[in-house]
Amino acid sequence: MWIRKDLLGLEELSKEELELILSTAESFKEVSTREIKKVPALRGKTVVNLFYEPSTRTRVSFEVAAKRLSADVINIAAEASSARKGETLIDTGRNIEALKADIIVVRHNASGAAAMLARNVNISVVNAGDGWHEHPTQALLDIFTLKETLGRIEGLKVSIVGDIAHSRVARSNIWGLAKLGAQVTVCAPRILMPPGIEEMGARISYDIDEALHDADAVNVLRMQFERDEQKAFPNQFEYLEAFGVTQERLKKAKKDIIVMHPGPINRGIEMSSEVADGANSVILEQVTNGIAVRMAVLFLVAQASDSRKTEAHE
Amino acid sequence: MNKNNKILIKGGRLIDPANKLDDIGDILIGAGKIIQVGKDIKVNSSLVIDASGRIIVPGLVDMHVHLREPGRKDKETVASGTKAAAKGGVTSVLAMPNTQPAIDCPENVRLLKESIKNSAAVRVFICAAVTKGRKGEELTDIAKLKKEGVVAISDDGSSVDCDKLMLKALSKAREEKVLVICHSEDKGLSKNGVVNLGLTSTRMGLRGISRESEYGRVKRDIFLAQKSKARLHIAHVSCRESVELIFQAKKKGLKITAETAPHYFALTEDSVLGYDTNMKMNPPLRGKEDVAAIKQGLADGVIDIIASDHAPHTKNEKDIEFEQAEFGVIGLETELAVSARELVHKGILSWPQLVEKMSLNPAKILGINKGTLSLGQDADIVIFSADKKWKVSEDNLVSKSKNSAFLGLDLPVVVEYTVCRGEVVYSDEVYRH
Ligand SMILES: [Zn+2]
Ligand SMILES: [Zn+2]
Repeated sequence: MWIRKDLLGLEELSKEELELILSTAESFKEVSTREIKKVPALRGKTVVNLFYEPSTRTRVSFEVAAKRLSADVINIAAEASSARKGETLIDTGRNIEALKADIIVVRHNASGAAAMLARNVNISVVNAGDGWHEHPTQALLDIFTLKETLGRIEGLKVSIVGDIAHSRVARSNIWGLAKLGAQVTVCAPRILMPPGIEEMGARISYDIDEALHDADAVNVLRMQFERDEQKAFPNQFEYLEAFGVTQERLKKAKKDIIVMHPGPINRGIEMSSEVADGANSVILEQVTNGIAVRMAVLFLVAQASDSRKTEAHE
Repeated sequence: MNKNNKILIKGGRLIDPANKLDDIGDILIGAGKIIQVGKDIKVNSSLVIDASGRIIVPGLVDMHVHLREPGRKDKETVASGTKAAAKGGVTSVLAMPNTQPAIDCPENVRLLKESIKNSAAVRVFICAAVTKGRKGEELTDIAKLKKEGVVAISDDGSSVDCDKLMLKALSKAREEKVLVICHSEDKGLSKNGVVNLGLTSTRMGLRGISRESEYGRVKRDIFLAQKSKARLHIAHVSCRESVELIFQAKKKGLKITAETAPHYFALTEDSVLGYDTNMKMNPPLRGKEDVAAIKQGLADGVIDIIASDHAPHTKNEKDIEFEQAEFGVIGLETELAVSARELVHKGILSWPQLVEKMSLNPAKILGINKGTLSLGQDADIVIFSADKKWKVSEDNLVSKSKNSAFLGLDLPVVVEYTVCRGEVVYSDEVYRH
């Protein structure tokens, strides 16, 4: 049973909770194949997408998910305030609560922002990515896609390649995959490998070929060369050379290795175009599955709030 | 109450490490001084305090307190900070100079002294800056500051990065017999960090502050102290390597003393995982091994004193995104209770040893005549119940800011009376006459 008000990360979830989200997503996936792609599950509910970082993909995915559940959706593109100027995140959250919204989907550049918001409002908060901390629905859709493609998670070898240090996608994937029994390898240049990652349940590799060898799936992270730490590579082509996932490298891996990417792809940097568009890629399936997973998450947190309200009335 | 009236404190457990006293007895106070210590003192006095079942110790000396005056009265004032001190059993504080403006010249010292004269509930000693504006560029006039009564210098909040300048400061301080207090942090290494570097920073997706940024600088500061033969006090030690370095330095006979704060032995980095900004301080909460090393260091005498590093911040500065929130926690009102819980109750220090760390030792390090119950001594005395419990809440903290790391906790040790200069500056209601 799902009793959480919020979904803030995968670290705090149990295996059972993860499985519940995945099975709920499975039943919602069918909705998107119907002529009328709508169920009344969240009719009369309001979902607010509060985005402090521009992210069309994630925002649109949440919006479509909410609408297919018949919820009303409001999008707010907010600007993060500096410490002493502008409305604080807590004030913004309380204002949204006062509008009688039911769920806030929040994307923020500060790690812990979703947790802080959730502590200060009574309505549900879904983390759509906070700083480098977690991006739970992305990892859930990655895991959903893996399970759909390969039939299981337990025992799978999954490699995550890229800037692990600054990746919320990597962290959520490590927690989720490890709990469900996959063997996770993280692969990054040394300066982009954060400390303590093995204690989170992942194996470290600094060699992309080694990380791909034997892997059932590889999740390739987006590189952002505007970060200082990523400037260690003089240019993006050297990164492709050293850590990029190319057709030549895939030839040495398992024939049916699954290739994933959270998007948007930097073609020719972390991944070559042939790989992105090739037979091993499930990148577009990930986008489709994102809807089902987000429908499941919105549905579960809304249901938990409803049952809390009924209890309060009894 | 009239200053000349006598106060008789009866039948408490008197703990006075300076006189190797730990016994049931009475104390008589008159004209602001301790005039008699002994058994069954019989005298007419205007106030008799029955201290049976209570512990009586010299007023605590907290040598690391941010009173925020001048400049940030929204966070704390001399009045509110010293009231908090009195409630915590602290009768002497050392006010740190990272104010606005910084205490870096005689005029600013006088500014602070004026405020102390008008509003302090307990004694306030002044620590001035090492460099002008705490910028680490140009030394303050240590001789002149000393003449104004400054007892120590520190650029707390930062470390003086330039080795040469720091050496010069230490040499000058030695000539003037002024204590130098180091906030040992290499900001080149810790820059932008907000939590302990390691699994915690990775889990939280935040930039880390390495142990090395602390102990690397501790090492340098010890080296410079040795070279200059100056007396050096290392503030807020938080990691095991620093404890080891200080141990080695003391073994060599260097005049180094060291401090830690209650949060560094009462809490580990696990407390910060929920992004509670009241767990954000600098240095950050560290690991279990560090906490064990700090406790061992206290037991072995490597760490000489406990101070609160009382650092008040407003809600506006704390109720924001973790990485933007200010560093620091308040501690004057909880330090005795937390130390008792973590050290005395867990058998790491005896009561007399704890009193030494919180009263006698800091007084000695600062060179102030405090921390004892000797005859003729100024009557700065605390009476507390070690068995009673209280819950830390925003409502019962008198500090202007409420950023305590111990909110919601049940703590032992209730301070019932704080006497400063022979006057009751705090008393817990139940015992008010
Ligand atoms: Zn400091
Ligand atoms: Zn300080």
